[in-house]
Amino acid sequence: MAYKLLGKNFTPPDVRAKVTGKAKYAEDFRVEGMVFCKLLLSPMPHARVTSIDTTDALAMDGVLGVLTAEDVPAGQGAGEVILTNNPHYIGEPILAIAAVDETTAADAIERVHVEYEPLPFVIDPLDSLYPGGPDAREGGNVANARVALQSIKWSARDFASVEEGQLPMTGEPQTEWEYGDLDLAFADAAVVYDETFVTASNSHHSMEPRSAMSYWENGKCFVYGSSQSQSFVVPGLAGLIGIEVKDLVYIAEFCGGGFGSKGAAYAVMAVPAHLSKKIGRPVMMRITRAEEYYMGSNRAGFQGRAKIGFAEDGRITAIDMYVVQSNGPNTGFWDYTEAGAAVSICYQPEAMRYRGIPVLTNTPPGGPQRGPGENQIACAFEPFLDKAAKELGIDRLQIRKINAPDNDAIFNGEQSPVTSAYQKEALEIGAEKFGWEEKIRLSGQRNGSKVIGIGIGQAYHSAGAAGFDGLVRITPDGILHIHSGIGNLGTYSYAGTSRIAAEALSYDWENCVIERGDTRKHLPWNFGQFGSNTSFTMARCYHAAAMDAKQKLLEIAAAEFGGEASDYDIADEVVFATQDSSKKITYAEAAQKAIEMGGKYDGHETPEDINPMTAAAVSGIAGSGLVGVAKDNYDIDAVPPALAAGFMMIELDTETGMFEILDYTGSIDCGTVIHPQSLATQIKGGAVMGIGLATKERIVYDPQNGVAANVGFYQAKPPSYLDVPATMEWAAVNIADPQSPLGTRGMGEPVMGSAASALVSAISDALGGHYFNRTPIVTDMIVNALAGQEQSHKPLQVATY
Amino acid sequence: MSKDMMPMFELYQPTDIGNALDLADKFGADGWKVAGGQDSLDWIKDRAKRTKVVIDLTRIADAGLRGIRETTDGIEIGALTTLTEIEENELIKERFGLLASAAAKVASPQIRNVGTIGGNVCQDTRCWYYRSGIDCYRAGGTTCYADTPEAMNREHCLFGADRCVAVTPSDTGPALVALDASMVIRNADGERVVAAEDFFIGPDVDIERMTVLQPGDILTAIRIPNTWAGASFYFEKVADRNTWDFALVNIAAALRINNGRIEDIRIAAGGVECIPRRMTVVEDIVRGSAQDDETATLAGSSASRGATPLNYNHFKIPLLENLVTRAIRDA
Repeated sequence: MAYKLLGKNFTPPDVRAKVTGKAKYAEDFRVEGMVFCKLLLSPMPHARVTSIDTTDALAMDGVLGVLTAEDVPAGQGAGEVILTNNPHYIGEPILAIAAVDETTAADAIERVHVEYEPLPFVIDPLDSLYPGGPDAREGGNVANARVALQSIKWSARDFASVEEGQLPMTGEPQTEWEYGDLDLAFADAAVVYDETFVTASNSHHSMEPRSAMSYWENGKCFVYGSSQSQSFVVPGLAGLIGIEVKDLVYIAEFCGGGFGSKGAAYAVMAVPAHLSKKIGRPVMMRITRAEEYYMGSNRAGFQGRAKIGFAEDGRITAIDMYVVQSNGPNTGFWDYTEAGAAVSICYQPEAMRYRGIPVLTNTPPGGPQRGPGENQIACAFEPFLDKAAKELGIDRLQIRKINAPDNDAIFNGEQSPVTSAYQKEALEIGAEKFGWEEKIRLSGQRNGSKVIGIGIGQAYHSAGAAGFDGLVRITPDGILHIHSGIGNLGTYSYAGTSRIAAEALSYDWENCVIERGDTRKHLPWNFGQFGSNTSFTMARCYHAAAMDAKQKLLEIAAAEFGGEASDYDIADEVVFATQDSSKKITYAEAAQKAIEMGGKYDGHETPEDINPMTAAAVSGIAGSGLVGVAKDNYDIDAVPPALAAGFMMIELDTETGMFEILDYTGSIDCGTVIHPQSLATQIKGGAVMGIGLATKERIVYDPQNGVAANVGFYQAKPPSYLDVPATMEWAAVNIADPQSPLGTRGMGEPVMGSAASALVSAISDALGGHYFNRTPIVTDMIVNALAGQEQSHKPLQVATY
Repeated sequence: MSKDMMPMFELYQPTDIGNALDLADKFGADGWKVAGGQDSLDWIKDRAKRTKVVIDLTRIADAGLRGIRETTDGIEIGALTTLTEIEENELIKERFGLLASAAAKVASPQIRNVGTIGGNVCQDTRCWYYRSGIDCYRAGGTTCYADTPEAMNREHCLFGADRCVAVTPSDTGPALVALDASMVIRNADGERVVAAEDFFIGPDVDIERMTVLQPGDILTAIRIPNTWAGASFYFEKVADRNTWDFALVNIAAALRINNGRIEDIRIAAGGVECIPRRMTVVEDIVRGSAQDDETATLAGSSASRGATPLNYNHFKIPLLENLVTRAIRDA
């Protein structure tokens, strides 16, 4: 189908402010009387605060007040808290001090005398699963966002195999599912691998730290925050502050990166609000780089084991997998269950068993990071396909196509269906663009000490949700106001999906304005901007709202000229009678009519099924134009997937362990392409993060004192400009999804995992089939492999160099 | 733990060397001397080391602290010369390409634009335990946290451990040792010149310092004799990233090759010891031999003689051996 806007490049409205430096992020705001606060952070991985003496600090000139755990709501279970007297990780905020300037606040923090009772701490989950082993929290060692705090210990007998470097498969899991006949399916396999693997936990490295500023005015609390999402943050943040949703004004127009860590409200964001209420001054809290590393959350690490069977023809017959998740000390995120889902959808095994357990650790809080679970498991599982391909004499691209999910794909324990899936096509177009046939012939080619490695990888993430609200408004000046509550993560999907409303209403983009970034802009209830969902979820919301606006336009024309609404149609911002083009009314005129007609037309009446937040937004704009508002009630009976493939060529120096990425192509199955330029940016940016995940980034903790080795960019080592290819290629399947109004679904996350696993694959290829069963594959590991030396770390060791 | 918040200090900005030396003398150990600030400001901002007084050297206009000039028997580089200036200087590129190559591999372009050669050779170690503000030997305490059975010591030393196992982070240090450079040091009592090889000191000499510089001293210049001008050079740095990273191991070699025979050589490695490690064993094996694979391999395998790896850094042994082999084979 030919679209006016979809599939075409455009400049999102916030780009200019970003590149000129005029964009205002949370810490750029200043208000009259504003003061600064600094946090006192726990120096211990697990402790109990036995006394706090703030006398000296409060006696300092310029110090205005202190906020402690007693001043803020207490947490529940393993949930994160705003401030605590029972820290569970190094860097957890204990208290905050406000002062007239930041230096004074920092100096005052140093004059607070805190006494701690150190408690046993856990870095390695297996230590906590061992009978009698330490727990990261009081009351248990297992918890997750959807799992109550509980205690699970394995038996000493279960651990017998750990000494040999294998993860025990006999210990009690927290969750499990199974389908098919596993024994039979393994019996059908020509080759079976049984591998233990580790994927490291790593930081989010958000460029903008989680700073926030807050003040109270006329009974309302104003918060300027850093978040990926807009409306979705509001209920959570209001709860953290202890106020009703209607009393929170939340401003978050720009976000300097979240990568999952700023998808929902987070506890420390509430510190300035509480402190401001206490001292009666606006409070700015600027989080530093080191603090961001302490509390900015981490991707969960895995210790896993997989048994995987391949038939003679390369078809995966059976998978039996177990994942132990380094969860961090709080509820964290469900990476471990996502890993099982990803494996089942990507490889479509005839039979599969999944088991997993999230174990609490005294490391930074776990949080979703781009492809949580899916991307790290891709790095662990994709090598198995390479291994099998080699052993069975099948091309590595072919073995992936053989197992690729299509429209009949099922996944997870429930064997859920997908809305549509074209991974075979994604592999084909990616391979074509990359030149797989020619490049694979270069595999192993030597040039002095250098050798060529060719890699291929895949990854998955779910790509959409349903049931949120859409809100648009046409004002009497003819402008279409697209009210967006999704947020501005930085991917431009907020802008790309807004164009679906414009497309559905036959609008010129120049006549459209996106209202966003501030609750005072009357924003509807929308999902958070995370989980690769926007291109599906918001497409449905905007389409529903646009269809409501369209119906009202037709009804207004009918009221004006007679007949039924169905006698009219829209085009080029005009409503006209299909049989008599002289009967026409412009959108601008119709908007004026809507105000005159009132009721549902101008927002004085609202649908009953919309969220109260949306209803409040509509009441705020009622009478100002024609209002299109609707809940997304479109049918949905399956999960929309985003599926990606990556192709990489590297040249690895066998004397230094360093490598150069010569070529990368990423391809994606994401339904209809909304915005090609933005899609390309996501594929390439995802590849950069994937390169980090595969070969550079990991948290490192001293197991003796629980201290973090890397709390700065130079220590945590996200890829630099010189570590990524100067140019990268991309391709998209571009086949419409049937359960999205214009065929669009999300894509942001798997493009990282596919690149990461392609790099893992390329390194192993360059090394002639050496598989590390661990990511990141860091320089020293490659050097050791080339020298035929043992690795420094034990096979199951975590948080290590 | 990192406080990441700059504290107050008194700032002095002398504009001539006399004034600077007076200040250095007056404040002694309490006067923290800063040039590009790329190492110092981290310490101060992290509040891991404290100072009441900062002496900013960058405004000193006299005494040849800035710039690169030819002398009767070589060149002299003012200590305040930036790494970018060294990387781009024609004289250095022509005669001492080794130093230009090393300077070009330091950190990132932004850091090289402000970071100085003086700062690069004076910088403190990057041992992460020490830099976290922990009370280790080097910080005046009685423990090394990096030299324990479970410590995360991937980036620590193979040689010269003496209570402390930290390594030199400098890329230019090994190049200057290989070039037989010398350091010009001034204090209130006058000037002294120290060979680069003696300028860097290990924990056996003083566990709290990386160089011979005493509190009242200011490094004013670096001299490189023409001894190795136009020789065959080899510099390589292996790190996890291609920019903004410290060397896991780096190698700097100067070779005098005549008709395929290596007449003379000086070679030093960084990242394996607290000081740039001059490898005289390698030099002795190579000197007088043909520049071929056999010599290179033999030299490489001798480079790790006496290495005592820690639990996480035995990869540095083959890496050092390979880099020495490459230096001799490919120079």
